[in-house]
Amino acid sequence: MKPGLLLRVFALALLIVLLVAPQAFRDFFALFVRPTQPPIYTQGNLLDITLSHLMIVAIAIGLSTMVAVSLAILVTRPFGAEFLPLSRAIANVGQTFPPVAVLALAVPMLGFGTAPTLVALFLYGLLPIFENTLTGLTTLPEDVMEASRGVGMTGWQRLTQVELPLALPIILAGIRLSTVIALATATIGSTVAARTLGEVIIAGLTTGNTAFVLQGGLIVGVLAVLIYDSLSALEKWLARRTGRLTRADA
Amino acid sequence: MIEIDSIVKTYEGVPVVDAVSMTIQPHTICAVVGTSGSGKTTLLRMINRLVTPTSGTIRIDGEDIRGIRPYELRRRIGYAIQGHGLFPHWTVAQNIGAVPRLLKWSKADISARINELLELFQLDPSQYRDRFPSELSGGQQQRVGVARALAARPNILLMDEPFGALDPVIRAKAQEDLVAIQQRFGTTVVLVTHDMEEAIYLGHNIAVMDAGKLLQFAPPKQVIGRPATPFVQELIGTSERPFRLLSLSKIADHLEDGDADGDPLPATATLRDAYSELLWSGRSAAPVEKDGRLVGRVSLDALARLAARPQ
Ligand SMILES: Nc1ncnc2c1ncn2[C@@H]1O[C@H](COP(=O)(O)OP(=O)(O)OP(=O)(O)O)[C@@H](O)[C@H]1O
Ligand SMILES: [Mg+2]
Repeated sequence: MKPGLLLRVFALALLIVLLVAPQAFRDFFALFVRPTQPPIYTQGNLLDITLSHLMIVAIAIGLSTMVAVSLAILVTRPFGAEFLPLSRAIANVGQTFPPVAVLALAVPMLGFGTAPTLVALFLYGLLPIFENTLTGLTTLPEDVMEASRGVGMTGWQRLTQVELPLALPIILAGIRLSTVIALATATIGSTVAARTLGEVIIAGLTTGNTAFVLQGGLIVGVLAVLIYDSLSALEKWLARRTGRLTRADA
Repeated sequence: MIEIDSIVKTYEGVPVVDAVSMTIQPHTICAVVGTSGSGKTTLLRMINRLVTPTSGTIRIDGEDIRGIRPYELRRRIGYAIQGHGLFPHWTVAQNIGAVPRLLKWSKADISARINELLELFQLDPSQYRDRFPSELSGGQQQRVGVARALAARPNILLMDEPFGALDPVIRAKAQEDLVAIQQRFGTTVVLVTHDMEEAIYLGHNIAVMDAGKLLQFAPPKQVIGRPATPFVQELIGTSERPFRLLSLSKIADHLEDGDADGDPLPATATLRDAYSELLWSGRSAAPVEKDGRLVGRVSLDALARLAARPQ
């Protein structure tokens, strides 16, 4: 655990320096370009682009989470059970539709900019969260559910005080998956003029500048690893709190 | 009073509880016994509407429970579930405080009640309050489960094999506690058990179930002495009958005048304990003491008469 944590702290530190003072890595990135090419992307501020990238992912996954979790709650209530196949189908379509196609279809309706990217990421994020929430809510221990009715909780109290807290680690795992996918997928948003790190990569590709591609790719990659790890740690902590692990095991 | 009136529960056409009728008097303990799968849990769960009967009615103090909202009914009825069912994400204190919190007791009252119950079940509050259920032994979990059922001082307590996971010593203590609580607060208890000994010790009445049917509903003495069917007799254990009968009475209720040699026996002990002690010490009679005074004697001859089948 200790060396792993150290490595992550180091990665985070490097990332911050790269975003705030990219010129510090000038000599390193110069290794990948011809002498006439700029080694560091300067057509836009790397920090601003990264924050915009993160914001787009956060909004899209936030919306996916709200819709997917609500749907999963709905179809696990007695009155909503008949919607289960329908909502599964919707979430599956969201997943099987390639994000590029969603972008292409959304541009004529929403125009260029952030909106089509948000729609694509939102749709793409639905399924993992929906499926995980469904699993979490349908595999709760039988005797605990019985007890929650037995002590006289209303349906709403059971949902908010017992079912969701116990399912939370599994729901979070779904959110983690969707977030990491969205972090990578958001790069293609630059093709329709959303401000994401794809901009840096595309600039590199069109001018044959490997250093740009590397910068964009590295930032996305390190972000994905760090976010993935933090959410995993959060899940573990929650799972421990919900009694699936004892403190001694931790 | 719990009046169960020709209650039926069928699953896919198969009756699991089959036309059961019985009246459980207020302030009594009713022990439900029977083989596994005989419908005991299902019967119990119909009393707090966790299971909806296929037909028949259940009334509590004359009121049809179908007229009470399920969650309100359940807050009034303590329920100790088979296999404890503690909330794994809540501490021991939060688990025990569940019903009082739903009933909107004040924080101070809830906290005091939690400590009171933990002490009653011999779990030091300072040590156990903030533990999670996964940090307790099976027996401790079960005691917390029973404490949770008792928390809001319900008039009715449903218990589904509450002492199954306890070792004999703690089990005996828990049974004594239950009797003490039941007598002090006049709680009406319906207790499911596999253990005939427990049913006889705790039950004012014993309900014997087999394949969904209620075979006999009667005080222990009658169930032992006049079993309604061969199955009931088998459940009691033929060779155990005289001893079970003796275990029903205290020495105090069958004192003889006179004196005897050797160490005195406490008047609060059961006749079965007296019988065992006399055989073990090789005496034909022993003196009986109550509050430090000798009050009479108990003899093998008298015990032998009392152990015979009631006429
Ligand atoms: N929800 C259900 N659906 C179908 N069958 C059920 C259901 N609940 C209980 N049963 C059946 O009803 C019968 C009685 O079950 P119940 O739990 O009441 O038995 P029990 O007497 O409590 O047994 P045990 O002593 O093993 O706890 C069993 O055969 C069981 O399989
Ligand atoms: Mg049972």
